[in-house]
Amino acid sequence: MYQYDTYDQTLVNERVAQFKDQTQRYLAGDLSEDEYRPLRLQNGVYIQRHAPMLRVAIPYGMLSARQLRTLAHIATTYDKGYAHFTTRQNVQFNWIPLEKIPQVLDELAQVEMHAIQTSGNCIRNTTTDQFAGIAADEVADPRPWCELIRQWSTLHPEFAFLPRKFKIAVNGAKQDRAAVQVHDIGLELVQGAQGLAFKVWVGGGLGRTPLIADVICEALPWQHLITYLEAILRVYNQYGRRDNKYKARIKILVKALGVDTFRARVEQEWQELKDGPSTLTEQAVTYAARFFHEPARTQGVDTQAFEQARAQNKAFSRFVTNNVQAHKVSGYAAVTLSLKHPSHAPGDINTQQMTLVADLAESYSLGELRVSHNQNLVLADVRLDQLFELWQILDQHQLASPTVGTLQDIICCPGGDFCNLANAKSIPIAQAIQAKIDDLDYVYDLGPLDLNISGCMNACGHHHIGHIGILGVDKKGQEFYQISLGGRSGNQANIGKILGPSFAQEAIPEVIAKLLAVYVAQRHPEETFVDTYHRIGAKPFKEGVYA
Amino acid sequence: MPKIIRDGQIVEDAWIRVCADANQPDTQDSQAYLLPLHAWLEESAHPLRAPWLASDTELTDALAASLMQAPLIGIDFPDFNDGRGYTLARQLRTRYQYQGEIRALGDVLQDQLFYMQRVGFNAFALRADKDLQAALQALKPFSVCYQAASDQALPLFIQRAQGA
Repeated sequence: MYQYDTYDQTLVNERVAQFKDQTQRYLAGDLSEDEYRPLRLQNGVYIQRHAPMLRVAIPYGMLSARQLRTLAHIATTYDKGYAHFTTRQNVQFNWIPLEKIPQVLDELAQVEMHAIQTSGNCIRNTTTDQFAGIAADEVADPRPWCELIRQWSTLHPEFAFLPRKFKIAVNGAKQDRAAVQVHDIGLELVQGAQGLAFKVWVGGGLGRTPLIADVICEALPWQHLITYLEAILRVYNQYGRRDNKYKARIKILVKALGVDTFRARVEQEWQELKDGPSTLTEQAVTYAARFFHEPARTQGVDTQAFEQARAQNKAFSRFVTNNVQAHKVSGYAAVTLSLKHPSHAPGDINTQQMTLVADLAESYSLGELRVSHNQNLVLADVRLDQLFELWQILDQHQLASPTVGTLQDIICCPGGDFCNLANAKSIPIAQAIQAKIDDLDYVYDLGPLDLNISGCMNACGHHHIGHIGILGVDKKGQEFYQISLGGRSGNQANIGKILGPSFAQEAIPEVIAKLLAVYVAQRHPEETFVDTYHRIGAKPFKEGVYA
Repeated sequence: MPKIIRDGQIVEDAWIRVCADANQPDTQDSQAYLLPLHAWLEESAHPLRAPWLASDTELTDALAASLMQAPLIGIDFPDFNDGRGYTLARQLRTRYQYQGEIRALGDVLQDQLFYMQRVGFNAFALRADKDLQAALQALKPFSVCYQAASDQALPLFIQRAQGA
């Protein structure tokens, strides 16, 4: 994975010193609340319900064992012994006092981590496919490009005070696992006529006005990646609305201008930047790519014992079916460690688990791991002959829930238990659904099912693109939940449709059970929930729930 | 006389800013004034008149051509969260190669100066309640920058690759 050189390290160290000074000035009363807010936000610090929340970037989801140990150390020393992984490859701490945060940033800097631009109206952490570099369907490894974007976007002087936040995702595979169509900019690596290129999507996003992105460029030659991004950001910085924060995202600008006019403005701006100093060169890309070279892997791994264990052990077999992803190198697999065990809030991990996972990453997966936007962890380079042994350890520590991609694998924001923005709680909803529909045979029978929960319309839990989406709403001070159906992520990204009137918290598990019963009664053989919904429409589901 | 930061130093400054809705000074007035753009365009040849741009100014080629003769160009930050002024400065420096002073006006605070100087501002009229000396110390909190900008010809990723 990427390793800092003295430049990166100096910059991060200087950032810590700068934030220490800013925080001291704020605490001393020299900086007003309003003046300090964007400074702390651009260092990942929110003021939350109980204490500040610190969001730490995990650039494009890559984490080393050493870094995870530091996160565990921070959770123990400064927090309450756990951390929360988000839907954008970040990790959050909820209980660190403000005056301790510079110290925590200092500890993070020592392991090449930071919280720069994890919040605020700036370019956020660039995200990608959690199987980058090992997926068989990959056009090219997205990570070198992500790293180049990370560098370009970090403390970019022109784009630190955008109209609103700005999120970029890169996907390098045929299957979109980075949700590029619901990002401000989505980049999809494609083979163009002159070699590697980017299909550029712009103006997608969830939140208050969910929209699927438009394609602004079908095949941008790789040399122009940075200058083209700069042109898009410049048009957005100048023309994005600043009078109303709910209409300030780039998607609103793209819709207001129309994608063709927006593209024309970008092209015009780009004429000046194109072939300029920020044009990528073969050497610059090679330099970035050398951090993501193919590791030394064992040839001819003997998979006989693995196959035998899979045939004989039902629990292991379930795990392999659901949590193990094919690897481009035979004899290897990527293993998803589920952070959806019913005993924890979705995405949460405690200190003991973090330490254990760090050890396991070193013993079984080249010392690295990935964070997925589904709020799980991935060991991406596990030898099949060691998989059974690994599974046994994971199982002992509640990290082997064999439910990845199923109804139990709920995506969920922290919600009203922690977040100031939330209208309603989300974690108890997730846990109640997990408890209600917990028969594994039934869960498997339901097949692939994305159930996403957000505690408010900011949509951190991506409810719009869940096959079943649940949104917490506030009705005269009471928490209610609105259901939407038919959303999808990936290549066929689609915004779900609201089913009808919202429900009280305690009704939700039963409502979900009824929706599933409609699906089971109506489905064709092998048809997934979302496909059934799109075939038969909302009516039968409405009848099943509201009748 | 009020003080500003110019070219890394605290200096006294004679320019008086005239707001958009104020009475515009008489042409004969020998005080130096920073005028709102529309007023300045009326007497753009006057050596003691300079324009300041609102953050929503549309910088067309025609406007830029007029601005090239200005003794200095002010760019207003109505609120420090309004980032449009950064793009205006960058376009003046890189697209139009304006060589004169570009001055940040309005809600100009110490913690934004680093970004401002990177995009081409060389003068800063800080908000009146702010400490110029402290701001001067904080002008360059970073010794490393990733991007190409007015103060750095090449992005770091190109420099590294050339050095490798």
